[in-house]
Amino acid sequence: MDTAITVVLDGLVFSSYLFIVSFGLTIIFGVMGILNLAHGGFYTWGAYTAAFLIGAAANAGWPDWIGFPIIFVSAALVGVFLGLGLQLGILRFLRHRDESLVMLGTFGILLMLEDAIMMVFGTDPYFAYQPMAYLGHVEIGGIARDRYSLSMVIVAGVVALAGWLILKGTRYGKLLSTVIYSHETAQAVGIDVSKFYMGTFVLGAAAGALGGAYIAPTTSVVPGLGMEVIVMSFAVVVIGGLGSIPGALAGSLLIGLVRAIAVHEFPSYELFVVFVVMALVLTFRREGLFAPNKIRTI
Amino acid sequence: MTTSALLDVRGLSRNFGAVMAAADINVSVSAGEIVGIVGANGAGKTVFLNLITGYLRPTTGTVFFQGQDITGLQPRQITRLGICRSFQMSQLFINMTVFENLLLAAAISHESNFLRDIRSSKKVGDVDRTLREFRLHDRRDQLVRELPQGLRKLLDIAMAMISNPSLVMLDEPTSGISTEEKFDFMEALMTVLAKSSTTIFIIEHDMDLIQRFTTRVLAFAYGRIICDGSAEDTLRDPRVVQHVLGGDSALD
Amino acid sequence: MRFGPHRIVRFALGSALLIVVGLLVPGWLLNQLMFGFARGLAVLGLLVLFRAGLVSLGAALYFGLGAYSIALLQRGAGIDDAIVLVLLASTISTVVGFVLGFLLKRYRGIFFAMMNLALSMILYGAVVKNRTLGSTDGFSIAQPRFFGMLFTDPSHVKLALFSLLVVVVAGAMYFVQIYLNSTLGWIGAAIRDKEIRVEYLGYSAERAIHIKYTISACLGGLGGAFLALTLGQVDPDSMLNWVVSGELLFVLIFSGTASILAPFIGSFLFELLRTYALELTPIAWQFIIGGTLVLLILFAPNGVWSIFELMTSRKRT
Repeated sequence: MDTAITVVLDGLVFSSYLFIVSFGLTIIFGVMGILNLAHGGFYTWGAYTAAFLIGAAANAGWPDWIGFPIIFVSAALVGVFLGLGLQLGILRFLRHRDESLVMLGTFGILLMLEDAIMMVFGTDPYFAYQPMAYLGHVEIGGIARDRYSLSMVIVAGVVALAGWLILKGTRYGKLLSTVIYSHETAQAVGIDVSKFYMGTFVLGAAAGALGGAYIAPTTSVVPGLGMEVIVMSFAVVVIGGLGSIPGALAGSLLIGLVRAIAVHEFPSYELFVVFVVMALVLTFRREGLFAPNKIRTI
Repeated sequence: MTTSALLDVRGLSRNFGAVMAAADINVSVSAGEIVGIVGANGAGKTVFLNLITGYLRPTTGTVFFQGQDITGLQPRQITRLGICRSFQMSQLFINMTVFENLLLAAAISHESNFLRDIRSSKKVGDVDRTLREFRLHDRRDQLVRELPQGLRKLLDIAMAMISNPSLVMLDEPTSGISTEEKFDFMEALMTVLAKSSTTIFIIEHDMDLIQRFTTRVLAFAYGRIICDGSAEDTLRDPRVVQHVLGGDSALD
Repeated sequence: MRFGPHRIVRFALGSALLIVVGLLVPGWLLNQLMFGFARGLAVLGLLVLFRAGLVSLGAALYFGLGAYSIALLQRGAGIDDAIVLVLLASTISTVVGFVLGFLLKRYRGIFFAMMNLALSMILYGAVVKNRTLGSTDGFSIAQPRFFGMLFTDPSHVKLALFSLLVVVVAGAMYFVQIYLNSTLGWIGAAIRDKEIRVEYLGYSAERAIHIKYTISACLGGLGGAFLALTLGQVDPDSMLNWVVSGELLFVLIFSGTASILAPFIGSFLFELLRTYALELTPIAWQFIIGGTLVLLILFAPNGVWSIFELMTSRKRT
């Protein structure tokens, strides 16, 4: 019973940070039609920025709770600077290119981002446990769990809720749905596509960075952090349907739970198990569970 | 169960959720017929082609070709059995030349050794002959991406014909061709097709062309065949006048 | 363009010439040539896939598999004949590629790319966590025998290995060229343009891709095998890491995909660049690769060698 609770809680926590990251990945795909491999880089940069700033704050004698605003600020910083920079500097020139070339381009960017981390922050791990220490522990099912990991579920929930509200309630959200459904329609209706792309890309990047920033206090922040995440969130987004936010939610829950089970029952095989699940889902639903409808081609 | 018909369709249906894209289609076509298929946009004409050629699986019903049950087979299997089609939007290899497109088509259908150098294939002569028949020879070495729309459609049809099918289905062959040129285009096309004594289905919106070139007409509306007869009879049928010529048979 | 004894003669002469070159150049340059050609084999595999519009982000899977197969065959099965080792290592890669091909032949675009990446990461993870497989340190490879002979002079071993490599490279180029000129090869290019038409012409696109994928796996494995033999050791970070896949893709784009010679020339130049760059700025190397890749895609997606290719293709037709 204890194991079951642990697995479920761990699964929820995994799902949470996966969702935050995948949310970003899926809206970028839905709007811009590119699966941004560099997204893993946003995650890593978010983690490092947060870890670095939290460490600096701790050294400066600031209280532990300051870590929380720092996390969100880091995510915003990465989203704006890296996101805007990449979009304006590189990605907008790739817009009408062959799909494989665009993918290779984002792969190149990923290589750059991951290496830049090592150049800027070095290769030694960073630790920024302060926010986690601040929240302390709570006992569930007889075992002490740290409140910080559980708070991630709340954050993910807020992101999901906010995403839902934005999508249904605001003008931006409705535009988002239109653009995801059809780019031609969007342009015909007069949407300023390039500004829209920029805004969405920054939002997506910030979401990716938030995932990394929030997880930083729970782990040692090392280079290559983003690699496993990009593959996992790709699995999530693919399972859920590229461009679908409810899909990202469903996919995150599924993958998060599966990974938690794998970590407990078949350690060292987590990635393999996730991959098998992805292959299975794709076998039965080739476009993913909630893929937006496609127009007939012939 | 065999019949003397070339193509025998029984109770063919296909739905997408609540929408009946094809509803209980029954038709029997003999070799040598030239069948026109008319109907407003969305009436199910292309769906019909897609069902017969295997691109779509029917929900119910059967399709027999030359006495063989071909229901549910893949397009590539159905092509090899002798049914080819052209497309509403031409599906060509745009980064290859006109000649190369046809050569590949010929090689796939006739070549026994897929590892042999394709340019040394015996089919090269056939390809050049086909290019001349379809009057595409002067465009032989032009990249398809540089070809105008009308010639693309022609190439699309030529690719369907190069395997000498027993039945060829043309999806709006004259769309994209100016009204003045449509007649000449069809006349030239039908002359070429007549040489190979292939049975022909033509989806077409221009009723003059239908009257001039087809021996039989199937009128579609709401996924059904609402009339099946000679061109004159069908085009005068009141149901056809209402649902097809009045443009009132779309599914969306 | 005809194929026949004429071409075989040219390939044989070219190979012989290269071997003579190998005899004459200094040792360090010979090493670079060998690393370059080994990598070039894997890049050739990527080229075959690219012609069908497929990009694999996990080329390191087969590259590493070939390399580690050599090491394991030597240690585990006691095989030490160079030719047998290479043959077996490439067979292993080919078989693995064939089996995985059943799954991967159904995917295109980003799905195909990421599936391959995931698979390569799984293998990397498995090796790194495994003590018997050497973990992150890897392990060394003993000098192989050639036809039962064990050379005493290491430079003789190098030459023998180089000759073998040249023969394999020539053979690979020959067979890949035959493949690309054949109906099956053309089907690959057609799939890139309009897969549905290929199906309607009567051939299974998945089957064509399965074959292509298997060929690519074979070439990747061959490349890794030779790299391992030349380097004298295997370790996951030079052979299985996703950055290795990135480097191979970089060479593909850098060299261009129009000619089968380009991957080898491009790889050789890449080796030279790499050696000096790693000496100067070891940390920034990955950044330079990524950055140059982006620049290439923006400004020269057909490779820096398009001019060179025009020259070679004129020679061949």
